[in-house]
Formats: sequence, structure tokens, C-alpha cells
Amino acid sequence: MELTRRDALAALAGAGVVGGGGAAVLARDPFGEAGPDDSPGATTAVLPTLTAAAEVVYPSDLDGIGEFVETYALGRVADRPDDRDGLASAVREVDAAAREWYGAAYADLDRSSRDEVLRELGADAADPDPAGSRAERVRYYVVNELLYALYTSPAGADLVGVGNVVGHAGGTEAYRREP
Amino acid sequence: MTVLDAGPRFEGDDRTERMERALRPAHHPFEVWSMGGERDAYASSGERHYPLNHARVKGVGGSTLHWQGMVMRLHESDFRRRTRDGVGTDWPIDYETLRPYYAAAERELGVAGAADNPFAPPREEPYPMPAFPPSHSDALFAEACEALGVATHSVPNARNSEAYDGRSPCVGYGTCKPVCPSGAKYTAEVHVRRAERAGATVIPEAPVQRLETGGDGRRVARAVYADDAAGGAERTVTADQFVLAAGGVETPRLLLLSADEDHPDGLANASGAVGRYFTDHLFAGMGGTLDEPVGGNRIGFVTGESHQFYDDPGASTRGIPGSDADLGPIKLEFLNYDGTSTVRAPSPVRIALDDGAWGDRLLDRIRERYGNGVAIGALVGQTPRADNRIALDRSRADDHGNPVPDVRWSIDDRTRRTVRRANEIQRAILSELGVDVEWTVGPENTGPAYHHMGTTRMGTDPDRSVVDRRLRTHDVANLTVASSSVFPTGGAMNPTLTIAALALKAADHVAADL
Repeated sequence: MELTRRDALAALAGAGVVGGGGAAVLARDPFGEAGPDDSPGATTAVLPTLTAAAEVVYPSDLDGIGEFVETYALGRVADRPDDRDGLASAVREVDAAAREWYGAAYADLDRSSRDEVLRELGADAADPDPAGSRAERVRYYVVNELLYALYTSPAGADLVGVGNVVGHAGGTEAYRREP
Repeated sequence: MTVLDAGPRFEGDDRTERMERALRPAHHPFEVWSMGGERDAYASSGERHYPLNHARVKGVGGSTLHWQGMVMRLHESDFRRRTRDGVGTDWPIDYETLRPYYAAAERELGVAGAADNPFAPPREEPYPMPAFPPSHSDALFAEACEALGVATHSVPNARNSEAYDGRSPCVGYGTCKPVCPSGAKYTAEVHVRRAERAGATVIPEAPVQRLETGGDGRRVARAVYADDAAGGAERTVTADQFVLAAGGVETPRLLLLSADEDHPDGLANASGAVGRYFTDHLFAGMGGTLDEPVGGNRIGFVTGESHQFYDDPGASTRGIPGSDADLGPIKLEFLNYDGTSTVRAPSPVRIALDDGAWGDRLLDRIRERYGNGVAIGALVGQTPRADNRIALDRSRADDHGNPVPDVRWSIDDRTRRTVRRANEIQRAILSELGVDVEWTVGPENTGPAYHHMGTTRMGTDPDRSVVDRRLRTHDVANLTVASSSVFPTGGAMNPTLTIAALALKAADHVAADL
């Protein structure tokens, strides 16, 4: 199944980013600046790392993940500096763990190793918390951020096969039909 | 006209962020509308704990920011509870008195509804908008109900089924309670905006600390409020007429906080009834799974109900045995979501964020856990009791040093029996539908619907009630109450349409006095 720009824009609308349609925010990269030199993953490119994580947490037969993540992640945090910093920081910590444990950038690892990094960080069992431990922040800003985007988008509705899902403005026709 | 609001003004452009807070498990439900903390501290010393802050909002728009948006008229029987059932009390006004105000309230709020409810009280004109059509699960319920001899019908909703009053039709976010990002659901912000355009001044973050009387103590002279935007400095507003519209908890609390030498038990409280007869609706519910897809959680509101057991809760049908017990009214709701709450129900996104799995495994889990859930709810009317009351807890203070409200709440045997009767009816319907029942909310684990009523009850006798049929307090000549706190009894219908109708009636009287 193909994730489309429409899915990303719909997810963006559900996250309160409207009007600009993503194009305006794509013109500037809010993650462009690397973190402080001594911070974990200071040289991490945030978007490729986040996309690499999405390829793990999204179903395997989804295509178009790169554009979806780019449009959604960029558009969403463009005007939310706290969320942008929280997201970038958590993504950099994922990358730092990959470099330390597997000797390579997270985005360069195979899918199975990327999955393992998230589990070894504790993101599978942690409760999401934007101000919590590393595991809790990774769960909140990386795993749940990506899952929220997908499962409140038209693609999420299609994957589940129901026509509209909570959190997505999918209209008032689907609820009347047999799923 | 000056409006003093205890909380902030919530700007309209961040509603999707508030929705996200409601859906993402990292955020406590109070974060959606910034509730909780010292400002909203309370006690609950009654037999039953009362989770007061879960469904109220302080700020411009109040709890209509959070509400579900169900708008039914009370039945004619609700105005005659004592005469009819020998419990509670009769209202000092009847349905016919309120009827034109109900019609006006439906126009003002914007109600989508249909005249297909054979149990509804008489009405004079169509609803302002067509009803939302039935859901797929409504159709399943209707079939089962028909086999049992139970009639089903549509639901009046204060949410746009088409563009209305400059607001969008519903677009299906599915998170109506606690937040509608599209503006399709009515909130009181609609009328705040209209009032401001007409010249009213709204002062947010201005919690009223007390009302002070002048002269012989028969008139309110000024409202004293804390200017929280300016560090909490006390300021006063003087006026010819004062209207209290702070809900069924804060309204009596403010009257009690306004005690002085002339009014030692609180303002407008010569009867001793201020804060007493605190009444709510009880939730009764049941749910489980069906062996076919139901597809819940695709909208966040209810489109099918049955009011067959409202005026005659013990009625027998061809599939449900009758009951001779003394019972209160029951309103059945066929829920379009799986569970008792829309945003916390196991929808795809909630399962995704809660489950712990990801990737293909997560999609499998969502497909396993979502889609077959069915639930039926009910509101049950509570019998008013003087012991159920809002009092002041002087051992604990809020952020301005005022004693916090103490909600003393218990549930009487008649109400408990009615919850049990609702469960019997629900079980019969789910059984006919072929549902494997997995959970029940019954007499032991029931909870409130957060409809705060009765605490400044309306009546003709100044010794037994707080406001008269003009909604003005018996004791204080220029003080009016517009709130569910004036309901002498609460029926089992969601109260907001009646609150709005009474507010319009009160406004007519205040205008006449001015």
C-alpha cells in the first residue's frame, strides 16, 4: 500500500497544521541545525533517522514512508519549538545508541537491527512521557509520534479497513456503512 | 453588561492540539482544558467518591467545551415527579411554560434532529437541521430491539449536520467529548462572541470571590473578583442586576462563600436549601463483542436511542418482562463507540499508542482488538435527597484562600434499583443481538454523568427553595440564577437544552426588570 502526500497532509490537518499545506514548511528544514557538539548524536540527520524508525514501526508493506514522514514531521513541528526540540533530541538519542551498540548510524542499519535498537532502548515497554527517561521520551517522540500520524490519517483508516478513524476528519458517511 | 469568567479564554486555533492531548496516553485528561491543581481543589466526603474535575471546564465557554452535545427536552412527567411518583418534588412551572423556550434554545444552539421519536413530548416545529442518519451499529440494534418490541429512534444533537450559524458541519474527528476541533459542536463561545459584538465586556481569569449586599441586605451591590491576569488583585463590579451561571457546584459554593452578618448561612439561603439536593444522572452500561464487524469509533456521538422506558421504566414488551418496582426514568443509548468514553475507547489510534507492539504485529493487534465491540448505555434519573449536597470544606483552601467545595454524594435504593432495571433491559437487547457480554456498569460500579443539578432549587415556597419561577432568588431581589442548579428534579435527559431554555426565560425576566 502506498502512503501519499494526501495522507501526510491529512495527518497534518489533524495535528492543527493547516493552510500552508506542507509546501511552505518544506521550504525550510526545522531540523537543519545540529545539536550542541557534545550532545548525543550531534551530527545526526534527524529526518533520515526518523524515516528509518518509521520503516520499523509501520507495517512492512507500506510504500512512500519517506515523503510521508518528511511532510508530516516537518510540517508538524515547524511552529512548535518545544516539540521540535523534543523530537530532534529523542531521534538523536536513538542514533547515538545505534552508533554505540552497532557501530553504525541508525539509518544505515538493517531493519531487524533498527527494531532491536528501539527495543534495547526500552521503547517497547516504556510508558510515553515527553519529560521522562530516555526510553519514555523515545516512546513518546519517536514511536508514538509516528504511530499517531499514521493511525489518524486516511492510510490508517484504509489499513484497518473502516473508512474513518478517530482523530481524522474523515467525514460522516463511513460510520453508516458496514465496515 | 460585564461577564466575569473564572478561567482563561481558549483561543480557537489550537483545538487539534487539545484533541491530540486527549488521544495520546502520555497526557492526563485534565491537560486537555487545563483543569486541576489548587484552583480546582475539592473534597468528596460523601458515601460515594465524586470525580468532580473529570468533566468540567473553567474558562470562556465553560463545560460546553467538553460536553457531548446531546439535547433532549424533559418530558411532561419530569415536571410532576411528586404528583406522579410520590418522590422528589414538582417543578413550579410545567412543560407548556418552557416549550417556547425549548424551541428557541434549539434554534440558538443549532440542533440536528428528527420527529421520529414516539416518546418525545409535543413539539411545534421541525428541528433547525436534519438528524444525523443512523450508524451501522444502530441498524443492528434496531433489528434486535424490534424483535423484543422496543422502539428505537434518532437523537437530537447540538452539532451541525449541515453548515449552520456560520459554523462547519461535522467532519468526523470522533473526539466530540472532550474537544471538537471543527467547531461543528455547539459551545457557549458562540453566544459569548455574539454578546461581545453587542457590546458586552468579558473578563477572563476573573473568579468571583463573593457577592456583597448593600443597604438592608436585600440587593446585591457588587461582585468582588480576583483579577488573576493582574496577580490576583481584588476588584469589584457594580450592577443593577446580577446573574449567577456557574453550574451546579460553583453556584451554591459562591452563595455560601458570600455569607455575611445579614446572611450568616450564605446569601439567598434563608431556606437552608443552598447546596442541598445535589442530583446527578447515573450511568448504566453493558458491552461486549459481536462475531461480525461493527465498526465503532467512526464518529464521536450517539445517533440512536430508545426512550421507551422513560415514562414507564417497568413496562413489559414482547421480549422483556415488566417490573412492578418503584423506578425512576431510564434513557437508553446505543453507543457508536466501544466503551463508556469516545477518546479512551479502543479505536485504532488508541490501540496503536497503548498496545506496545509496532510494525506488522501492531496492525494485526489492531485488527484483532478493534471493530467488533458493541456497547449500550443508559442515563438513570436520581431521586433528590437533602443529604446529597455541596458544602464548604473549611479545612482546605483554593488558590485564593477560599474553602473548597465538598461534594457529599450517595445513591439511594430507588436509583440503584433503576440502574439494575436498566441493566436487565440492556442484557435482553445484547442477548438478542448475540453479543458476548464482557463488561457491565451496574448499581455497584455506576458513576455520575456529570450533570450537576438541584443545588439552588426552584420553587414557590421560600422556606423550601432558593429561586422562584422567574429564576430569581427569593431572598435577594436582583439576583438571578441560570443553571441546572435550579432543577427541582432532574429526569433522565441530558440537562443542557433545559439549562439553555431556562437561561432564555431568565433573560426575559432580567430584561423586564431592567
